[in-house]
Amino acid sequence: MSKEVPTNTTAWAASYEEEPSQASVPPQPNGVTALKPLGWAPVNWAKANLFDTPLNTGLTVLCLAILWFSVPPMVNWLLLNAVWSGSSEACREAAGACWSIIAVKHRLIFFGTYPYEEQWRPFLACGLFVAMLGVSGVRAFWRPALAVAWALVLVGMGVLMWGGVLGLTYVANDRWGGLPITLMLSVFAIALAFPLSILLALGRQSSLPAIRTFCIGFIELMRGVPLVSVLFMASVMFPLFLPEGVTVDKLLRALAGLTLFTAAYLAEAVRGGLQAIPKGQYEAADALGLSYWQKTRLIVLPQALRIVIPPIVNQFISCFKDTSLVTIVGLYDLLTAATVATTDPEWRPYFAEVYVFAGMIFWLFCFSMSRYSQWLERLANRYTRR
Amino acid sequence: MTNLIQALNSARVRGWLYQGIFLAGALAVAGYLVSNTLTNLANRGVATGFGFLEREAGFEIGESLMNYAASDTYLRALVVGLLNTLSVSAAAVVLATVLGVAVGVARLSSNWMVGRFAAVFVETVRNVPLLLQLVVWYTIMNRLPSPREALEVVPHVFLSNRGMKFPVLVDHPGHGWTFLALLAGIAAAVAIVRYARRHREATGKPFPTLPAAVAAVVLPPVAVFVATGAPLAFDVPALAGFNFEGGGSITPEFTALLIGLSVYTAGFIAEIVRSGILAVPHGQTEAGLALGLSPVQILRLVILPQALRVIVPPLTSQYLNLTKNSSLAVAIGYPDLVSVTNTSANQTGQVVEAVAMMMAVYLVISLCIAGFMNWYNRRVALVTR
Repeated sequence: MSKEVPTNTTAWAASYEEEPSQASVPPQPNGVTALKPLGWAPVNWAKANLFDTPLNTGLTVLCLAILWFSVPPMVNWLLLNAVWSGSSEACREAAGACWSIIAVKHRLIFFGTYPYEEQWRPFLACGLFVAMLGVSGVRAFWRPALAVAWALVLVGMGVLMWGGVLGLTYVANDRWGGLPITLMLSVFAIALAFPLSILLALGRQSSLPAIRTFCIGFIELMRGVPLVSVLFMASVMFPLFLPEGVTVDKLLRALAGLTLFTAAYLAEAVRGGLQAIPKGQYEAADALGLSYWQKTRLIVLPQALRIVIPPIVNQFISCFKDTSLVTIVGLYDLLTAATVATTDPEWRPYFAEVYVFAGMIFWLFCFSMSRYSQWLERLANRYTRR
Repeated sequence: MTNLIQALNSARVRGWLYQGIFLAGALAVAGYLVSNTLTNLANRGVATGFGFLEREAGFEIGESLMNYAASDTYLRALVVGLLNTLSVSAAAVVLATVLGVAVGVARLSSNWMVGRFAAVFVETVRNVPLLLQLVVWYTIMNRLPSPREALEVVPHVFLSNRGMKFPVLVDHPGHGWTFLALLAGIAAAVAIVRYARRHREATGKPFPTLPAAVAAVVLPPVAVFVATGAPLAFDVPALAGFNFEGGGSITPEFTALLIGLSVYTAGFIAEIVRSGILAVPHGQTEAGLALGLSPVQILRLVILPQALRVIVPPLTSQYLNLTKNSSLAVAIGYPDLVSVTNTSANQTGQVVEAVAMMMAVYLVISLCIAGFMNWYNRRVALVTR
């Protein structure tokens, strides 16, 4: 302490500064004492995140109890006691999962009723497809050539699936099934719905009442009814709409229904992008004397579509999941194939394994895409955030 | 000539022109489709119009909230289907909201483990198609043991492949009066809350709102129950032969649909709740603390009103999705609107009418839910200039 008579504040400050100097920890500039945590880091972490209050301690204990009672039986069932190959008799004796049903039925689950010896074709087609999806996710490849590559891949897939050329035997598309159906329906539905949705979104913003009313009516109708009813309409009403003698096959009808449905939802996402563009951009385009389509093509859409890429990916995920509904109108997708696999009398008790397997396939696709969409969102925000 | 060119250059004239062309095209396409449809229907010998609604349906419906027999009309069958859709949707909306809010809050928990549990739940449920989940629940329900070996989850509540059996109160007029008293109590509680707010705003004095409201809700029904001397006896399900007798029951289809819809939607609601709470800046909590509010008061008066503003619009679309998703019932044999419509359309061949009616009914349901939630949203929305 100084020997001068201090003012109140300095005395207070001086004594305050003196006190911590006796402790081993140096004072922080803001006067807060930083205590170096004692003990082992994980223990500290657990104290801070798991046992900090009585309630949290209780919840942690509850969670641990749930884990204790659920994880060992699950691991036993899934892995330790599981039967990996062999007959259904071996499964009946085992206590664990019967993965041999997957070993026996995986071709049925993946490719449905596609001719057995030819199943390398859908396999290759799916491989191409997934590889293409992966490539499309990389920003360095986002250039016009990608669209050309997609067109080539789709033609290649068509050749592989249908055959009839290059010495491949012809396979009618009512024999297709399983994963290729799920993948192709979802990708084609999104790809076809995308241009349609842009038109619908522009139409909804249009100043022409007839066009605006039509677009609003279509979008709200599609968004107001369940996909099942749209699929029913597509499968039973489309044939009635067409002139006599013209038939469209079941796959295309389902695709049409799925496309219209997806387009309505996508249109709302695109509208969000259109509305996010500052009004000044529209006005600047008008001031430059651009026509409506020039303005839309050169000013509005390039900015709007960049904003809506994440919602489009999200829509793709739900479209991918919704594809499973085509089983209701009698198409043979992944889920139908899985259900069919469980109806075999010999393997009937092992439905759980099949559904776990099918669920995992869906989950892998959807989860990776949703992570991708989150990454895209962060990417988009990186430039707009200041 | 110059007049014509000038007129064509006017945006308004061209607007009318484009719309005229568009309308003419749309009408032409519609006319073409309608004429095709009429020809096709005539060729198939299918009558048109809604006359079939008055005819006898001739098919049984597994479960119904109102009396229905195969000899009833198609109209009655469709109403049964509609009621089934509404009942399962309403139950699932409540269950999904409760579960979703719980999971959403759990995901924000300061307890790391609880947060992880909730995250795993959300990521699993959201990334597997609902139809697959429904099929799994339904398969589980179907492969439960038979009534003789039924699982007794809670005393007197049995789960078997015939569905769930549970005790119900024995019917007595006193129960109706008790229920009315409960309704009156709720109305009184609402009135008390309103009065309390006005009283507080006028005088600045606090009012014991919560105890008063709870008393208003609880006391009248209890008093009426005691006064009417209603028995507290239960009709307990008991095994008789191959099935249970007595008690209330829920079919396996309903149970599977209810669980599947609630769990799936809860995953989405959880994310909505989480982002809604995260959207309230932390400064708001700190400001509340600085004002000396208790944590509960901060949650009730500061965070929730602001979070609800973010939560309500997407929550509306989840409720709409749930109602529309209940149409997946057709895949597991629950007689909802789609399933009954489908059967009717197959029997009569009047596909166009049936699908149109089904779509119209779903549109009306959607509009009602959207209307209600918009009204609610306006109430919680921020009042700006």
